Amino acid sequence: MTEQPHKIRVVVAKPGLDGHDRGAKVIARALRDSGMEVIYTGLRQTPKQIVHTVIQEDADCLCVSILSGAHNHLFPEIMKLLRENEVSDVLVLGGGIIPPEDVPGLKQIGVSEIFGPGTATFDTVRYIREHVQPRA
Amino acid sequence: MTRNSKRPASSPTRARTADPSHDRWEKETLPKSLEKMPERRKSFVTTSGHVVERLARPDADAEPPERIGYPGEFPYTRGIYPTMYRSRLWTMRQFAGFGTAEETNARFKYLLDHGQTGLSTAFDLPTLMGYDSDHDYSRGEVGREGVAVCSLADMEVLFDQIPLDRVSVSMTINSPAAPIFAMFLGVAEKQGVAFSKLNGTLQNDILKEYIAQKEYVFPPAPSMRLVVDSIDYCMREVPRWNTISISGYHIREAGSTAIQELAFTLADGLAYAQAAVERGIDIDAFAPRLSFFFNAHNDLFEEVAKYRAARRIWARKMRDEFGAKNPASWLLRTHAQTAGCSLTAQQPEVNIVRTTLQALAAVLGGTQSLHTNSMDEALALPTEKSVRIALRTQQVLAHESGVANVVDPLGGSWYVEQLTDQMEQGALDYFRRIDELGGVIPAIEAGFFQREIAEAAYRYQKEIETRDRIIVGVNDFELEEPPIEILKIDPALEKKQLERLSALKARRDAGVVSRELGRLREAATGTANVFPHLLACARAYATLGEMMDVFREVYGEYTEEATF
Amino acid sequence: MDPELLARFERGDRRALARLITHVEDGTPQGRAALRSLYRATGKARSIGITGPPGAGKSTLVDQLAAAFRKDGLKLAIICVDPSSPFTGGAILADRVRMKHLQEDPDVFIRSMASRGALGGLSRTTGAVLKVLDAFGFDVILIETVGVGQGEVEVVREAETCLVIEVPGLGDGIQAIKAGILEIGHAFVVNKADNPGADRVSEQILTMLSLNPNPPEWQPPVVQTVATRGTGIDELARQVRAHWAHLDAKSLRHRHLGQRRVADLSDILKARALGSASQRVLARPDFTELRRQVELGQIDPYEAADRLLPFDGPDEWRLP
Repeated sequence: MTEQPHKIRVVVAKPGLDGHDRGAKVIARALRDSGMEVIYTGLRQTPKQIVHTVIQEDADCLCVSILSGAHNHLFPEIMKLLRENEVSDVLVLGGGIIPPEDVPGLKQIGVSEIFGPGTATFDTVRYIREHVQPRA
Repeated sequence: MTRNSKRPASSPTRARTADPSHDRWEKETLPKSLEKMPERRKSFVTTSGHVVERLARPDADAEPPERIGYPGEFPYTRGIYPTMYRSRLWTMRQFAGFGTAEETNARFKYLLDHGQTGLSTAFDLPTLMGYDSDHDYSRGEVGREGVAVCSLADMEVLFDQIPLDRVSVSMTINSPAAPIFAMFLGVAEKQGVAFSKLNGTLQNDILKEYIAQKEYVFPPAPSMRLVVDSIDYCMREVPRWNTISISGYHIREAGSTAIQELAFTLADGLAYAQAAVERGIDIDAFAPRLSFFFNAHNDLFEEVAKYRAARRIWARKMRDEFGAKNPASWLLRTHAQTAGCSLTAQQPEVNIVRTTLQALAAVLGGTQSLHTNSMDEALALPTEKSVRIALRTQQVLAHESGVANVVDPLGGSWYVEQLTDQMEQGALDYFRRIDELGGVIPAIEAGFFQREIAEAAYRYQKEIETRDRIIVGVNDFELEEPPIEILKIDPALEKKQLERLSALKARRDAGVVSRELGRLREAATGTANVFPHLLACARAYATLGEMMDVFREVYGEYTEEATF
Repeated sequence: MDPELLARFERGDRRALARLITHVEDGTPQGRAALRSLYRATGKARSIGITGPPGAGKSTLVDQLAAAFRKDGLKLAIICVDPSSPFTGGAILADRVRMKHLQEDPDVFIRSMASRGALGGLSRTTGAVLKVLDAFGFDVILIETVGVGQGEVEVVREAETCLVIEVPGLGDGIQAIKAGILEIGHAFVVNKADNPGADRVSEQILTMLSLNPNPPEWQPPVVQTVATRGTGIDELARQVRAHWAHLDAKSLRHRHLGQRRVADLSDILKARALGSASQRVLARPDFTELRRQVELGQIDPYEAADRLLPFDGPDEWRLP
């Protein structure tokens, strides 16, 4: 068993009841094409399911795409469950339709960055590379 | 030039020799239409004072090819009416809905007061997925993207003081379309409006949910059964209602190309027609009640060509393959909405310009009704002001631009006709591939549409990132800017809705509710039309979630394979 | 190195389990050390491999089968292997999409793995990850292979019970049910059995099984299922339990485990032999010079090898 450089593992999650998975799928593909391993959860995941997935998959990063307007409910829920499960080393990013004025509040509870419509996928890729916690 | 040159100058009409097809059109098709739908003015005049001819056409002697033809005649490439907007402008129908039924009812009245001519209802996500506001999944989503409707009680508030015999209502709802429509009929009963007077559209297009929008609940087969049940019921009881609005809009929003939007939408339409015919319904009895819903995107001429090709393909399929004899069955009537996915969060005011171009495309393409998006929709639900600007955009097009004064102004353009032919051919190629997979449902199950769309969406994104495609304000002409004002949904609305729901559950007759739900279950398990039972449930104030749970139990829930 | 990791793993901490799997997948020193210390705790879990062509509904079937075993109170782990892109090394692992029902169950652990360049339906470290899950105390471990076609016989080496999934309508039946797959299946599942042609596929499998000139002790059953509706799942679970009983009664399970341990020994020895030989060769002062001469064609590789690593074993090892 020879040592391989650690592959960045990213959970791409789509909570909320809407089915707009275009953005989540585009980002999943872009992350794959940049050499990461992407765990795609599918639609309508509850915060609890998302956090279980992050734990079981030992993800370095969680990308959450929300277009339903429920971000101020879903993100706090996800962050709370991560905290309760003592998961502190996962980079949490948001995407979708999130009004700029809601961003500071989300950052305050631990979401690292919000990538709104029009973000180039390579910006997201670079951000993840630069901000995931290094693995020993 | 004299100041009082109000009298229109005579237009430079060319002397024409023999043009038998045009003579026929003028003698046969046109007068009938003028009788039913007279033109809005005696004459239309350009700003220079020239009289606008109703229909521009090829030079003398040259008859238009069959595939282009005349407006109001098969194959309807130039439009479904001979006089188009000269007689009646398109219906300006802004999609609205948020919060509880009271807020949306107020927004409806606001829009009607500002000159809107029809209503279009947006439901919130729990309603679209068939959950009541008090379901676990609904938390944080009640009233966010549309109005929350849990029962007939909410529906009564939603249409309070809106005369349903006079205002046409469109409802964007799919998986729970049948129970929601049953509640709507319940309101009509309360208002004392006969079902036969109701006018409007139910989206009820489940196939595109599997293909693109993903707001499905049940597997495809039972979903189709519910669609056909509602077609069957409405044909008999609500004859002026458009039972299904076959939607390409969401297919495009999910990232498809224009050709894919055209092809997949028409393929869905043909699949519904086939399903209804298999139920034993006469094609000429229900085809006239089908309507379509297309996107209007940025590429102006391609969009125009898409609408023109859609009418031609549909007319030929209905007449030549389904054997429809009633010309009303051949007509592809459509609603259009400008492309939400084209709106940018950056420099949002520029979205007004995009929307104007897109609206122009839909009008030049001959749409019957139109929704224009508001500039702030890449950020949140629109404010009242931005909705008003969007409506004003349509009014400028209708009353100032002059495009409504002539029928199919782009007809005969070499470029547009060539694009129209290309769109048609592209769609026919897709039909062949779908057939090879065994039809629309097998193609859905094989992930065919989903893969094609995901591929197109990814390609589009890459084009933007490599700047092969310039989006103003996004990858060029960027600007630092202060945020604009956006609509806030009051979190107290969710609480209010929950209280109303629990009060309803306390006051209704639980015995009747459970009896009617039991009957619904029996119908769902068997083959009888479920619709009359849904109506009975609605009258008893059974909730949407309760009715949908009956179906969930009987039909199971659907999950798709993820395709990339 | 996280000195606490193994202790937390042994206390049943699922985050430690997940992190340890990453170490094993990445082949870190910590992962290797952990495998060694966990080894004696392995051999208790039942392992079930699930293989079949893409679109056969493997994930849904795994979801349903897992739910059936959960009713028996068994603790379950699921490994889903998906292909890595050969160009970028990245992967999209999307099997969880079909496993909604299990996601909130504290006694189910799902891990998605990318094949990371390995062929044969598993990744190079699937066997090692299986051991980690086994040592953690799961009763049953389901392994869903890459759905690439018929090449995934690898799964037999790791799983004691192999389920082969077929579906009607994937081209010509005989073509789809290739030789090789028939030999590895302990049960055959005809999924999507509500589609036309399901009976034909079942018959074809039975016919081909009956043609086996050396009938095995265990007659693989053919089970029809409609995984999306849960039809046939109880019967499939029953057949799997029957196979377990068969393995236990004939001591086949012990034999399988014994073979696995010997195979592990062989793998370790190979790795060590290779390592120690490399070490010796690299340490020689004339290595660079001899390699250059081979490169220039001045001496042949056999001669260089004789000088770098003298070896007097049998010819077929000396001259591969």
